[in-house]
Amino acid sequence: MTDAELFDVESRNAGPYFGQFGGRFVPEALIAALDEIEDAFAKALKNPSYTEELRRLHREYTGRPSLLSEAPRFAQAAGGARIFLKREDLNHTGSHKINNVLGQALLAKHMGKTRLIAETGAGQHGVATATAAALLDLECTVYMGAEDTRRQALNVARMRLLGAEVIGVESGSRTLKDAINEAFRDWVASVGRTHYVFGTVAGPHPFPGLVRELQRIIGVEAREQFLAQLGRLPDAVVACVGGGSNAIGMFHAFIPDADVRLIGCEAAGEGVDTPRHAASITRGTPGMLHGARSLMLQDEDGQTIESHSISAGLDYPGVGPEHAWLHTSGRGEYRPVTDAQAMEAFRLLCRTEGIIPAIESSHALAGALDLSRELGPDAVIGVCLSGRGDKDVDTAARWFGLLDGQEGGDR
Amino acid sequence: MSGTHSTAEVFTRVRQEGRAAFIGYLPVGYPDVATSIEAARALVRGGADIVEVGMPYSDPGMDGGIIQHAGTTALAEGVRTRDLFPMVEAVADAGARAVVMSYWNIVYQYGVERFARDLAAAGGSGLITPDLIPDEAAEWEAASDAYGLDRIYLVAPSSTPERLAYTAEHSRGFVYAASTMGVTGARAEVDQAAAQLVADTRAAGAQNVCVGLGVSTPAQAAEVAGYADGVIVGSALVRALGEGGVEAVEELAGALAAGVRGKATA
Repeated sequence: MTDAELFDVESRNAGPYFGQFGGRFVPEALIAALDEIEDAFAKALKNPSYTEELRRLHREYTGRPSLLSEAPRFAQAAGGARIFLKREDLNHTGSHKINNVLGQALLAKHMGKTRLIAETGAGQHGVATATAAALLDLECTVYMGAEDTRRQALNVARMRLLGAEVIGVESGSRTLKDAINEAFRDWVASVGRTHYVFGTVAGPHPFPGLVRELQRIIGVEAREQFLAQLGRLPDAVVACVGGGSNAIGMFHAFIPDADVRLIGCEAAGEGVDTPRHAASITRGTPGMLHGARSLMLQDEDGQTIESHSISAGLDYPGVGPEHAWLHTSGRGEYRPVTDAQAMEAFRLLCRTEGIIPAIESSHALAGALDLSRELGPDAVIGVCLSGRGDKDVDTAARWFGLLDGQEGGDR
Repeated sequence: MSGTHSTAEVFTRVRQEGRAAFIGYLPVGYPDVATSIEAARALVRGGADIVEVGMPYSDPGMDGGIIQHAGTTALAEGVRTRDLFPMVEAVADAGARAVVMSYWNIVYQYGVERFARDLAAAGGSGLITPDLIPDEAAEWEAASDAYGLDRIYLVAPSSTPERLAYTAEHSRGFVYAASTMGVTGARAEVDQAAAQLVADTRAAGAQNVCVGLGVSTPAQAAEVAGYADGVIVGSALVRALGEGGVEAVEELAGALAAGVRGKATA
């Protein structure tokens, strides 16, 4: 991979539309700001002072390229296909989120902005944004649903340690979708000096294309690593999908490789036949949420339905428009994975490979186990291990009954 | 081309009276559907020329705390999109023009053509679309043409001259000038940018430009009436309804109607 290829956005569709999905369903007040970002990003990608600095931060700050590690003991548990993990969990701040955030924070500097705002669900994107703000000397405000600040108190403390202001959002369902609404409200009122670091490949154009371009490095590296380490491409790449940024990052470089299946694992919560899930592709319908037309969970009137997942990072009732398009066009396959399936894969990876994965990523691991059973021992599967599970230890300990005083144990 | 019920006629009339139009916003279903309809009638009795009937939405990105709270309450009470139309009809029957204000997904799910048909049948004049820009509005442009409905788009202080011209060209009835870079809600002062935005929007070709966001008192209404074709008040009326009921809406409407006639005392 050369930097020229990595940053050659003009050779790819970066929006506004991905088939029938995408666009800009936002107040006019934001149009000038969205145009400014689109314009600034296109210029930055042609400006070596931006691209070289971003590549330097990838190497020297994040620790890229991330490893592609085989997980043979994990793979033995099901079907015997060879399973390789793209180790985004080893990035600084613990997930793929830093790839996007560094790119956007540097862009904010190039635009002359002095303040970053972000929404966060589990806190990973908020922590990454607070980190980049500290590194680049920018002010930072993070919006987080009040329900999530309670569930993820440790990440709130991390953001504050890094110097960010964290605002708990009390409106609506008090979760990620309401944090996004509140961040947009802040942005409309402060757009002159503020850049909104959108955390995923959803939202109004140019965010879906822009965030994809910044996450695309995951799959670009993985593709090269497969060729270098195995001399072949994988049969499938698998990633979890909430908004879908790690998944599109993993998938995108493989889209032209027609023999490589792209498999997205959605959070099925307690099951897609119950009301408690977050499977916006499997069970969603077309509509506009947070500025884009995509697939989403909504009632007959178009009111957003609250999602559920054990994983806060996948607990979102929408999905990025490019995923909706990959699904509709048939290039991508999207499968639901329940809380219980994800937690079983979580435990298996802990015990077989000594890696504690994020619960989000455990959905992809569960999907890979199923796929391994389907494809058999000759297959090669790449899984995006999008984050590490340190933040999830409390949730997992409760799930498995490992805390003192808990009944049951070893669920 | 304007429909038989276009709000454009209101502006012709108030201009002859040497004043600005008073436009009041209330959401359907707050605190319940029946009371919201009563409140809309009270708003007309108090002197509103146009009533914006708001549709509550689960993700109201452009609204401040007061309207968010009202919407959440109405949704918890079970308000449905179809409840808009009796409220529209009540406003039209009471002698004012009714326009609906709704986030786009609500209209999209109802069916754009079906929504236009039912809105026109209820005597409605048009639709304000806070998160639909003309660039994305092909289906709505066709449906609003078919049913003779006003297309009321927003402009903002950040809009470029090109976008002002583009939006004015696609609008019918009036253009909604969001006075400030921010969300709905009563403010101590209406942004000075508002007068400039009105002038720029007219220069870009708009016939009627109304100012909303932040107007809450009769004195502010009088000030805005000095340069705009209409004055839009939302959060202050919603708060009045919440705190003092239908009577308080009529009282505040009366004071605001006096304000747009330059008769504000405070």
